[in-house]
Amino acid sequence: MENIVKPSAHQVLEVIQETASEVTIRVASDITPKHGQFLQLSMPKIGECPISVSAFGEGWLEFTIRAIGRVTDKLFALKPGDTLFLRGAYGNGWPMEQLLGQHLVVIAGGTGVAPVRSLLQQAAQEPHLFPSVHFIAGFRNSENVLFKQELETWRKPFNAFYTLDNEETTGFAKGFVTQHLDKIPLAQLEDNYQVLIVGPSAMMHFTSLGCLELGIPQEKMWLSFERKMSCAVGKCGHCRVDEVYVCLDGPVFSYAAARHMID
Amino acid sequence: MSYYLDDAATNTLLAKLRQEYRLYAPKRFPLQGRFSDTDTIRYTEVSTLEEIETQEKSTYSAKEVVSPINQTLFYFTPDEYRETKEASDKPILVFLRPCDIHAFEHQDKIYLENGGLSDSYYARVRSKLRFVLLECPVGFDTCFCVSMGSNQTDHYVMALRREANGMSFQVKDAALEPYFSGATTADFTPQFVTANANKVVLPQIPNKEVLNELKSHPVWDEYDARCTSCGSCTVACATCTCFTTRDLHYTQNEEVGERRRVYSSCQVAGFDEMAGGHIYRPTAASRYRYKMLHKYHDFYARFQETHMCVGCGRCTDHCPSYISVTASIAKMSAAVAEIIAKKGW
Ligand SMILES: Cc1cc2nc3c(=O)[nH]c(=O)nc-3n(C[C@H](O)[C@H](O)[C@H](O)COP(=O)(O)OP(=O)(O)OC[C@H]3O[C@@H](n4cnc5c(N)ncnc54)[C@H](O)[C@@H]3O)c2cc1C
Ligand code: SF4
Ligand code: SF4
Ligand code: FES
Repeated sequence: MENIVKPSAHQVLEVIQETASEVTIRVASDITPKHGQFLQLSMPKIGECPISVSAFGEGWLEFTIRAIGRVTDKLFALKPGDTLFLRGAYGNGWPMEQLLGQHLVVIAGGTGVAPVRSLLQQAAQEPHLFPSVHFIAGFRNSENVLFKQELETWRKPFNAFYTLDNEETTGFAKGFVTQHLDKIPLAQLEDNYQVLIVGPSAMMHFTSLGCLELGIPQEKMWLSFERKMSCAVGKCGHCRVDEVYVCLDGPVFSYAAARHMID
Repeated sequence: MSYYLDDAATNTLLAKLRQEYRLYAPKRFPLQGRFSDTDTIRYTEVSTLEEIETQEKSTYSAKEVVSPINQTLFYFTPDEYRETKEASDKPILVFLRPCDIHAFEHQDKIYLENGGLSDSYYARVRSKLRFVLLECPVGFDTCFCVSMGSNQTDHYVMALRREANGMSFQVKDAALEPYFSGATTADFTPQFVTANANKVVLPQIPNKEVLNELKSHPVWDEYDARCTSCGSCTVACATCTCFTTRDLHYTQNEEVGERRRVYSSCQVAGFDEMAGGHIYRPTAASRYRYKMLHKYHDFYARFQETHMCVGCGRCTDHCPSYISVTASIAKMSAAVAEIIAKKGW
């Protein structure tokens, strides 16, 4: 019988320092995830934790990790050639059937950019998939900006708008993403659009409220949840909200469902 | 067929069974109880009749046979995850009451079915279990199995009743018949408890609006003062399954270590704590509400079959603050009725 919690060994190919506390790690792997899915990354003798796929391609996966605790500190310290254990991919990912062919609006905060990155990369490479892409990203300050070069390359194919919480620099406005929702040209999108929202829970909460205020229907809003997870396979119970297991049924939920989910 | 064996013959039978099976039964450990001068009765491997506590309800449920409180999943060497192996391939006869037989259906739902994924550590033991029904001599004081529909079962290979100097057996599995060849037949069918001192009326929660209104209802407030968040109720619970994964390394050699699965509890602070410190349920009242709604609403909402409780009463038995689950259910049901009446939903 297959052991669903057994990780397998993968080689670290490359480590990119994103910020003082965040790295992107590329590992050799034949796993083909869906946009918005996550894997359980494992450091033997330390523990496991869920990390979103931030990019993937032929024979490799990328993860963008913020060092914040026991496991992520160890992941942060990995070097090319090291071994990383992982299992997955898990979760539903972004609802591609609903997204394809629609104007795509993506609002992301901080490490929340990681789970939408692979989707945005595909959107940039295959412009026919979405009639237009509107991307609003917010970071705390200029030191916390992830994927700096990539953000620049996205200004052309997308209507991209970047902001910093309390700082203004070239290419970045000042303020929370919620203060810049007017950058979405809603009137031009008619009814054919979908909105993805991902970031810290307060950011998702206020962004959702802001979107509702703009008249965006609940069914067009999609949120990626973060909850404490221990198993990622629906057994440990840590991620449960009501009858929903975030690891199995999420992490992506339509706002219409998410608004009822009170922990 | 049904049989009667005296104590000596029962011990001979158990010795014979042990050649083919592992026997797990509730056993009394004197003075190891949670309150002073009390015993604890828990599941362990047994070999003789004298070791088996047939009369009293066990302090802990039979779930520990399949999902131990603390279980090693993997051993680590510098470059390998080595899966632990089962101690024995022999099938297991586990002696248990009707509620605990029912509780395995709840355990199965999570470990074998949830998300269409089957946990191999659970499955490898569960597939070897054969249930031996222990007839309940009486309903115990905190039981409410009748309300939960778990007082009866026919899901067993053999049933037992303790008699004055022997045991009555009902054998349902043909594979066990040969062990009784030559034994005195008897007219025995196990009886089930059909009424408990405790009855509960479960809340009827018609929709998410009522559910979410109930979450912020003052009915939960008293548990902030009463519940100490010790988690004893969930450890003892026949249906609770939650665990946490923990890694460790050996102090002598940091290169090697293991990954373990240990019981966890939604009642204990930190169960929902995310890295960075965000907590969704910071109070004892909110955690107690989370447990109660899982048991009497959410589990049914997910699997559409049963509630996540068999009425064994162990949570009430274990609570150091004397919180009674049946009293809590009654208050919760009253709160639901009040919400529906007030809002007209
Ligand atoms: C679906 C999903 C996707 C995610 N994607 C990303 C991503 O792309 N990038 C990213 O950086 N982060 C991501 N995260 C967050 C990431 O999983 C957490 O930051 C990570 O779990 C932190 O683990 P840690 O061990 O480093 O932190 P710690 O704070 O050390 O521990 C994390 C958790 O373990 C618990 N804990 C603490 N001590 C113990 C102990 N001794 N035994 C057992 N438990 C203990 C804590 O309660 C805490 O909730 C994601 C989370 C989810 C749910
Ligand atoms: S909730 Fe209480 S009564 Fe119900 S199965 Fe668990 S321990 Fe038994
Ligand atoms: S209800 Fe009682 S047994 Fe359960 S956590 Fe609270 S104090 Fe402990
Ligand atoms: S993370 Fe264990 S059940 Fe979802």
